[in-house]
Amino acid sequence: MAELLRFERVVKTYRIGSVEVEALRGVDLSTDAGEFVAVMGPSGSGKSTLVNIVACLDTPTRGRYLLAGEDVTRLEDDRLAAIRNRRIGLVFQGFNLLSDATALQNVELPLIYAGRRRGRIDRAMDALRAVGVADRATHLPAELSGGQQQRVAIARALVNEPDILLADEPTGNLDSVSSGEVLRLLEGLHGAGKTIVLITHDPDVAGHASRIIRIRDGLVTQAGPSAPREAAGANRAASGAESGIR
Amino acid sequence: MTPVEALRIALRVIRRHALRSGLTMLGVLIGVAAVIVLVAVGNGARLQVARSIQGLGTNLLIVFPGSASSGGIRLGLGSANTLTVANAQALRPGPLDPDVRAVSPEVSGTVTATAGSRNWTTTLQGGWPPLASMRDYHLAAGRMFTWAEVNGAARVAVLGQTVAQNLFGSVTPVGQPISIDGTPFTVVGVFAPKGAAGRVNEDDLVEVPLTAAQDYVLGHSGHVQNIYVQATSAGSIPYAESEVGAILLDQHHLSSPAQADFQILTQQNVLNAATSVTGTLTLLLGAVAAISLLVGGIGVMNIMLVTVTERTREIGIRRAVGARRSDLLAQFLIEATVLSVLGGAAGILTGYLASMALGRIAGRIAPAVSGGSVLLAAVVSVGVGLVFGFYPAARAARLTPMDALRRE
Ligand SMILES: Nc1ncnc2c1ncn2[C@@H]1O[C@H](COP(=O)(O)OP(=O)(O)O)[C@@H](O)[C@H]1O
Ligand SMILES: [Mg+2]
Repeated sequence: MAELLRFERVVKTYRIGSVEVEALRGVDLSTDAGEFVAVMGPSGSGKSTLVNIVACLDTPTRGRYLLAGEDVTRLEDDRLAAIRNRRIGLVFQGFNLLSDATALQNVELPLIYAGRRRGRIDRAMDALRAVGVADRATHLPAELSGGQQQRVAIARALVNEPDILLADEPTGNLDSVSSGEVLRLLEGLHGAGKTIVLITHDPDVAGHASRIIRIRDGLVTQAGPSAPREAAGANRAASGAESGIR
Repeated sequence: MTPVEALRIALRVIRRHALRSGLTMLGVLIGVAAVIVLVAVGNGARLQVARSIQGLGTNLLIVFPGSASSGGIRLGLGSANTLTVANAQALRPGPLDPDVRAVSPEVSGTVTATAGSRNWTTTLQGGWPPLASMRDYHLAAGRMFTWAEVNGAARVAVLGQTVAQNLFGSVTPVGQPISIDGTPFTVVGVFAPKGAAGRVNEDDLVEVPLTAAQDYVLGHSGHVQNIYVQATSAGSIPYAESEVGAILLDQHHLSSPAQADFQILTQQNVLNAATSVTGTLTLLLGAVAAISLLVGGIGVMNIMLVTVTERTREIGIRRAVGARRSDLLAQFLIEATVLSVLGGAAGILTGYLASMALGRIAGRIAPAVSGGSVLLAAVVSVGVGLVFGFYPAARAARLTPMDALRRE
């Protein structure tokens, strides 16, 4: 399987005044295309920092991050925007939909910034249909339930057919029914070949993944094996067992 | 992203945030409207004064008795008795004053004119036949009195429009008898309306031969109040002024201009003095207007700063899905431009209508909207809207996408 993501001794420090916080303290990682990886760890362990760097929303303080073999740490801002736009789909815990735009307009956004004009509405509608909220296309986020908002967010993340879908605690704000629906959606996408990185601190949620990466105090404590694709998401009992490995 | 796309996004944001957009436009609107109205009022006052001075006549010089050294224009004008009919005679066009076209002395006083059972208190002006035309009066009916009538002290009168209306109503006054302070006169002409100039109603007068005014109504003081002199053209006014000065010095047996016991005012002198006063007024109003523009601008900035948190989240989201900084800058620039241009246009319209309305209400001073003030207001307000509207958002666009998303 081709390597899609690679972290080499990635360090991220935040400065708050004169205090420095080391959110990541030298992380090595490798993920192949088509994997469904769960990143687990306690609150404050650096999970979001990690995913933000993967998403090119932030840059490492030290170390290298290679996306499909390309070192993206030194790219200029516009190139990073293009990567976020086309190669990465992002789903947040808090949905992060534009409150003044309808579901359809939110899903259209990545297409607009991709410079697509033809068939834009059709594609956005297809994405909404794929996540089962096509009938809410003209609703504002405030008029949707949490589960529906997260599905709109997933549609937005997928509409440009990215290489990789990043989800930072996507079920954190949802009830168990909506959580189940969102996780099934992610599983379905993985089944269809999409690479997924899912952040969670819920073992049940992580159980849907084919591999679990554990992180604590800014260090990866367990990277898990790279599971064969067939096994991925196919067997819950197996993946549950996997989470116990090493 | 194409400009059209940026415009569509900007318009949607403006529409969805109607209150924020409305308040921003209001800030710009108030500033622009205030500048236009206040400058229009100042301008109107200036034009009004200029018109009333112009209304004195064409290419006029007015000789006043009294010396410049004893108080000059402000105090001494008309207070001394140094001008005579003989002086006026000496000033009549001749080889010594080739730049003078016409001359007339003036005596005047307040009188009561009576026709039948109606009477009217007005100003009696005694002069020579050219006086009316020098002061831009035109005849609506009848004729002006003649030199022969001046020489014979004939009791004939030409009525200003206001006097004609009040004494005769719809009856034709020409040929009718009137009495002026008890002395019978015959109306030989009526002036066409000249309109109000400043606070003086120039149609409220009766003009009679100088001699008749002195012999029958105002009495002989041996002096005249003023001497009107008309120059042959606007360009010859300075020459006429020095010719008149020389003749009068000679008449009064004075050797140097410093001893002059009279003053010659040209319309330009008066206009300059008045303009400096109204200029100060305009400046003051302009300062008030500038302050309102500033206050409007601060209002716009306030709204923008208040919404910047909300905007920062929006920026984070857009950046996260692939917007480049330049995409966001384009969006904010268009937003700010649309808001300030709409606000500015509404302000121009409001300012214009308010000026018109003020003209209706205030009557005498008609505010004159000046193109310059509209341009200035428009440029400044659009600038204010752009700077205050664009700057906070542009700053937020400089954050990393993650920092923008994290802002609460
Ligand atoms: N922008 C930031 N500024 C300062 N400190 C930060 C920032 N983001 C995260 N941190 C700190 O870095 C550490 C890791 O945070 P985060 O990656 O959000 O953890 P997690 O998502 O696992 O809960 C925490 O100690 C957090 O306080
Ligand atoms: Mg987190």
